[in-house]
Amino acid sequence: MGHVPAGPELFHAQANAALKDPQLRQNFRGAMDYLQDKRKNAFVDPVEEDKIRTLCESIRKRCLSKLPELLEQLDANCTRNGIQVHWAQNDKEANNIIANIAQSHKARTMIKGKSMVSEEIELNHEMAKLGIECLESDMGEYIVQLDGDKPSHIIMPAIHKNKQEVSDTFEKHLDDFTPTVDVDELIQTGRTRLRQKFHDADIGLSGVNFAVAETGTLCLVENEGNGRMCTTVPKVHIAITGIEKVVEFLSDVPPLYSALTRSATGQAITTYFNMISSPRKRGELDGPVEVHLVLLDNGRTQAYQDEEMRKTLQCIRCGACMNHCPVYTRIGGHAYGTVYPGPIGKIISPHLMGLDNTKELVTASSLCGACGEVCPVRIPIPEMLQRLRTEAKNPPKPDAMPMKGQASAASTLESLAMKGFAFAATNPNLYHRGAWSATKLRGLVPNNMGPWTQCRTSPKLANKTLHQLIKARNKQAGDK
Amino acid sequence: MRIYPAKPNSVYLYGTCLVDMFDPEAGLDAISLLEQQGLKVIFIEKQTCCGQPAYSSGYTKEAKCVAQHQMDLFIEPWPVVVLSGSCGGMMHHHYRRMFQGDGTQAQVEQFCDRVFELTEFLVNVCRIKLEDKGDMTSVVMHTSCAARREMNVHVTATQLLNQLDNVELKEQDYESECCGFGGTFAVRHPNISQAMVEDKTRHLAKTNAAVLVSADWGCLLNINGAFEYQGQSMQGRHLASFLLERTGGK
Repeated sequence: MGHVPAGPELFHAQANAALKDPQLRQNFRGAMDYLQDKRKNAFVDPVEEDKIRTLCESIRKRCLSKLPELLEQLDANCTRNGIQVHWAQNDKEANNIIANIAQSHKARTMIKGKSMVSEEIELNHEMAKLGIECLESDMGEYIVQLDGDKPSHIIMPAIHKNKQEVSDTFEKHLDDFTPTVDVDELIQTGRTRLRQKFHDADIGLSGVNFAVAETGTLCLVENEGNGRMCTTVPKVHIAITGIEKVVEFLSDVPPLYSALTRSATGQAITTYFNMISSPRKRGELDGPVEVHLVLLDNGRTQAYQDEEMRKTLQCIRCGACMNHCPVYTRIGGHAYGTVYPGPIGKIISPHLMGLDNTKELVTASSLCGACGEVCPVRIPIPEMLQRLRTEAKNPPKPDAMPMKGQASAASTLESLAMKGFAFAATNPNLYHRGAWSATKLRGLVPNNMGPWTQCRTSPKLANKTLHQLIKARNKQAGDK
Repeated sequence: MRIYPAKPNSVYLYGTCLVDMFDPEAGLDAISLLEQQGLKVIFIEKQTCCGQPAYSSGYTKEAKCVAQHQMDLFIEPWPVVVLSGSCGGMMHHHYRRMFQGDGTQAQVEQFCDRVFELTEFLVNVCRIKLEDKGDMTSVVMHTSCAARREMNVHVTATQLLNQLDNVELKEQDYESECCGFGGTFAVRHPNISQAMVEDKTRHLAKTNAAVLVSADWGCLLNINGAFEYQGQSMQGRHLASFLLERTGGK
């Protein structure tokens, strides 16, 4: 059903549309149940799980605490290895850098491995404007691209579709395709169509899972082998990553890799793990002759500057928070209208797009805490949401840097209501008189209480408050 | 892991605003349960609300003001027993967070250390032994997300129910999943909340348990309201009332 997300500001409408789509609801529930089970089976020993999470959290915290110097070290070591490093402040700069590389090679086609950062900068769209065709080679991304759609999950882009729907997509867009719901056949179809494209592409583009400062190595985690094809077959390889993906030591990678694959798909390791440290060397038979690394900020330094919000950048993009989120499970990834959906998306997107555009997202959580409970690097997502809600309502403190879109959710009416609440809750006489009157007038509670009563009856107040009952109880005890 | 103190002589009871207005009997029942353990129970009349509605809506300044007012009421070093995991989480965890870096932080932390949810207090401080005097029945329990993930008291609530010989504890599908209340979430995002509570009530009803219990009135407002709207007979009650009834205290 190929719907392209319109944006986070339309969250309510998009979420409602998703809620009314029974097939979509069923697809997500089924997929999330499956992924939750997989993760559970990958972490059978809670003590070990605890240890891994603590270790990974400390690695990410350490690396982020030295982020500027590690980025410089990464730049120096990559350069020494022959990788050309580029810095981009925003999406526009990143696209310009990539366009320049492409144009210097007179490139017409680009084959892409999975990269959420390339979604973030809308690379395909920008390159198309210059007459450069980008083709997605991750199977999920390929399906999504055929639909003219966007990913609905960060590690499983087409998870909103079942096999019948994938078959329908292929039937609609591919010649000589016989409809089937055999998953192997479906995958084989995609693989065959892509094979020649790898060979013909002028440029291969990939994301990065870990960029190692110590050695100038780019690590790529994948299962399909298309990542390896993208980064070895075409003459030029461009890797693009957010600046937060840097780690200090090579030895930081194994624990993070293990936590990533176990949290994401319940795998101990993936089928492929690529480490790229240089372009093709003299005498080597394959590999690109040029390797570029684009380091993208795009709002990440805003999160970095604030010690608490910096925890957002610990993310290793496993998607476990989405897989366990009751909201994501019911509305799917497209409803968010952001590149990164689900719980982590709610706390990253305000830095990328501003709180003014994402203020609905930060309220769209019951703060149930399931996301924080499974995060392999222990990002306290509910606390971050709390913080962002505060920033959305209030102007910055005099000594603090304002956030993009700060105070955009400020509401005079709500603010007055909350001041009224605080006044009543700090003036017991007023509070008790209120509670007392409420119970006295409980017959007057309306049956229609707007959004609350659309699926519930109105709450029934008690005859007497606890305060009243205890007073009577104490009096009775005193009389005895 | 939390380190629990020895059983004191006296405790404070924190009723919570929802118990105060919607189920005051649960407050009295909790007092009886604690008194059965030989404790003197003090109910400070000036207590109101823990401040969570303001806090979770982004009004930290107002929430802090309410929190300070509550903390000032409980001056003796006795434990503060709270009849809700969610308000317990607010007072045990989030008060700390709100006052971080303030001059009063140390005092706040001392207060937070004294806050216990009812079931964890009965199990880990009172070391309660329940004697079931009721007929055979079955029960399904719903634990609020804060009770489960902030306070870890789904464990102690289960331990209490397991002490009851004639009560069969039924397990629901998606037990740990949120019921969709989330305070203002239920009215800010009513359709998502509706999808969640409809799933929750379906899973609870499917157990065919005779009784639904919870130690959180926020969730119960949501779940009971949905059950009644759907015309189903299942209605949840506070765990304190159920325990007191089973042990013949009522």
